[in-house]
Amino acid sequence: MFINYGQALQNALDQAMEQDPNVIAMGIGVDDHKAIFGSTMGLVQKYGAKRVFDTPLAEAAMTGVAIGAALGGLKPVHIHIRVDFLYLALDQLLNLAAKWHYMFGMQGHLPFVVRAVIGRSWGQGAQHSQSLQSFFMHVPGIKLVMPTTPYDAKGLLLAAIADPNPVVMIEHRLLYYIEDEVPEKPFTMKLGPAVIRRHGKDVTIVANSYMVVEALTAAKFLEEQKIDVEIVDPVCLAPLDAETILTSVQKTGRLLVVDTSWVCCGASSEIAALVAEKAHDALHAPIRRLGTQPVSCPVSKPLEEEFYPNAHNIVEVVYSMLGKKWENQKIPSLTTPFKGPF
Amino acid sequence: MQTMVDLQTISELYKIMLKIRLTEEKVAEIYPSDKIQSPIHLSIGQEAVAAGVCMALGPENKIFSTYRSHGIFVAKGGDLRLMFAELYGKETGCAGGKGGSMHLLAPEVGFLGSSAIVASTIPLATGNALASDYQDRKWVSTAFFGDGALGEGVFYESLNFAILKNLPVLYICENNGLAVHSRVEDRHHNSDLYRYGERLGVTGSRHDGDDVLTVYTVTKNAIKDILLGGPPILLEFTTCRWSEHVGPGTDHDEMYRDQDKVSQALANDPINRIQKVLQTQFEITDGQLSTWRNNIVDEINQAVIFAEESSFPSPEDLYQGVFMKQDI
Repeated sequence: MFINYGQALQNALDQAMEQDPNVIAMGIGVDDHKAIFGSTMGLVQKYGAKRVFDTPLAEAAMTGVAIGAALGGLKPVHIHIRVDFLYLALDQLLNLAAKWHYMFGMQGHLPFVVRAVIGRSWGQGAQHSQSLQSFFMHVPGIKLVMPTTPYDAKGLLLAAIADPNPVVMIEHRLLYYIEDEVPEKPFTMKLGPAVIRRHGKDVTIVANSYMVVEALTAAKFLEEQKIDVEIVDPVCLAPLDAETILTSVQKTGRLLVVDTSWVCCGASSEIAALVAEKAHDALHAPIRRLGTQPVSCPVSKPLEEEFYPNAHNIVEVVYSMLGKKWENQKIPSLTTPFKGPF
Repeated sequence: MQTMVDLQTISELYKIMLKIRLTEEKVAEIYPSDKIQSPIHLSIGQEAVAAGVCMALGPENKIFSTYRSHGIFVAKGGDLRLMFAELYGKETGCAGGKGGSMHLLAPEVGFLGSSAIVASTIPLATGNALASDYQDRKWVSTAFFGDGALGEGVFYESLNFAILKNLPVLYICENNGLAVHSRVEDRHHNSDLYRYGERLGVTGSRHDGDDVLTVYTVTKNAIKDILLGGPPILLEFTTCRWSEHVGPGTDHDEMYRDQDKVSQALANDPINRIQKVLQTQFEITDGQLSTWRNNIVDEINQAVIFAEESSFPSPEDLYQGVFMKQDI
């Protein structure tokens, strides 16, 4: 079926709930008419208020509630409409959930999923636009996935729900508009392997989430200039598929990492360090990184555009990595259909 | 409180309290040897709360607890050998040596875990009660926490959710009046902690936490009401921490201590109180009491031997268990 990202998430959750009566969906707004951008649409009508429910605005305790429920045999999917709200839940996620299985000598069983959406564009501002993947990569014990396509959204969400460990899934608001062919039947992707979005020989671009879209746009332009980039989408950042990244860099000799977040101590730092440590001899040029600028996200449109990395920036960096002179050609910019209010 | 508790139950409560006391004293005795290389938070003086609540709960109801959990582990019926092995950091410990004193558990008797982050298991008990409710109120989930936990936001968030969903959860505030070295009245404008849930809709009550029969009876009644479909309940049990916050000793002379409270508590040892009941109302003989005591001492000594003779985890164990392996 040809569906968008939000519909794919809805379809996955629906199928998981149909298969397993212990799967529940909770979170602020999951049962309202907007249904988290459609990703929980119709579920409360189908499964009832005991399995699909709105929560008080209490991210910390509600995360603990999900943990306690998981220890009692349920499989909660706790949904946050913005990733930024997870700061309120970090004590529960990182002090408890991440440590539970290890700290208690492999006893206890925490099958729960946290879904959270990165906001971007239309003036989301400093507190509605952040991507916190590096927090979950840093602390051992949480799996972290970032689906890019509707296919990933379904395959990774079903895998996350089936996984016996806490899994955080970071989605992207702009990806909700992407449509794709998605199998109708339930299927799972493995939590780990990266996806090669484009094969190429000149430069490896490791990009995640919405940055894959920008990287693909850049790749198309570069192709016309006879530059052939390979795009590796980790999809799962914890555990990270080091092998696919290293194999790609061994082939191309060049690495650019493009992350949806800040570069300082970010996912891009970890991937750069991995390649510097394990594939240094293969490198023909210094590793480069692109991420959001080291400031809080501003609202004003020209500032916001400057804040985010885009296809144009990617092309510029690829040129410099190849030692080519940049003539500042016009790069067709991406137009996204996203328009407010939320 | 006058109660109709039978002799067998009273005897069991007494034995549990004595076992906690003697266990903690053994831990304190061993501690200077450095065989227990991790912080310990003893519950000497607070035995009646753990014993009364856990005895009322039995193994079928669940608990989540704090870093001061040796007594709760014993009272819930955990295997003492596994606890000592855990304190020693041995592979046979209840958490394989990875948790230590602050992270005890005994899932086989409903003790699902304990955390060193104050108040952090209150929402876990609440969520676990959600799972129970989902399965037709199969069990009551209980959160143990101290008076310090009422400064944390998750306490209020959890109570609000619990009453909203009418969950089968019991909140046990073990009020020893101290958070580390800070008195409750220095942290809270209103010291009536049992009333903190009132405006949210959660009824609370305060009881003498050093009177084990009261603790047991009040908890038993609360469990009965909850299992019949009643709302969540907050019980505050006042008690006194005889030990220092962390470590094997006492610190009764330190400035932060209320001297009157300490003297009163020492003079009203909760174990002596129930022992007197056994002796005067049930004519339990000194001989019987010493048989019980000797059996407990034997069990503790066996547990220590088990811990000492157990092996440490191997270095490879460091890497085991970050994630649970998936069986698909």
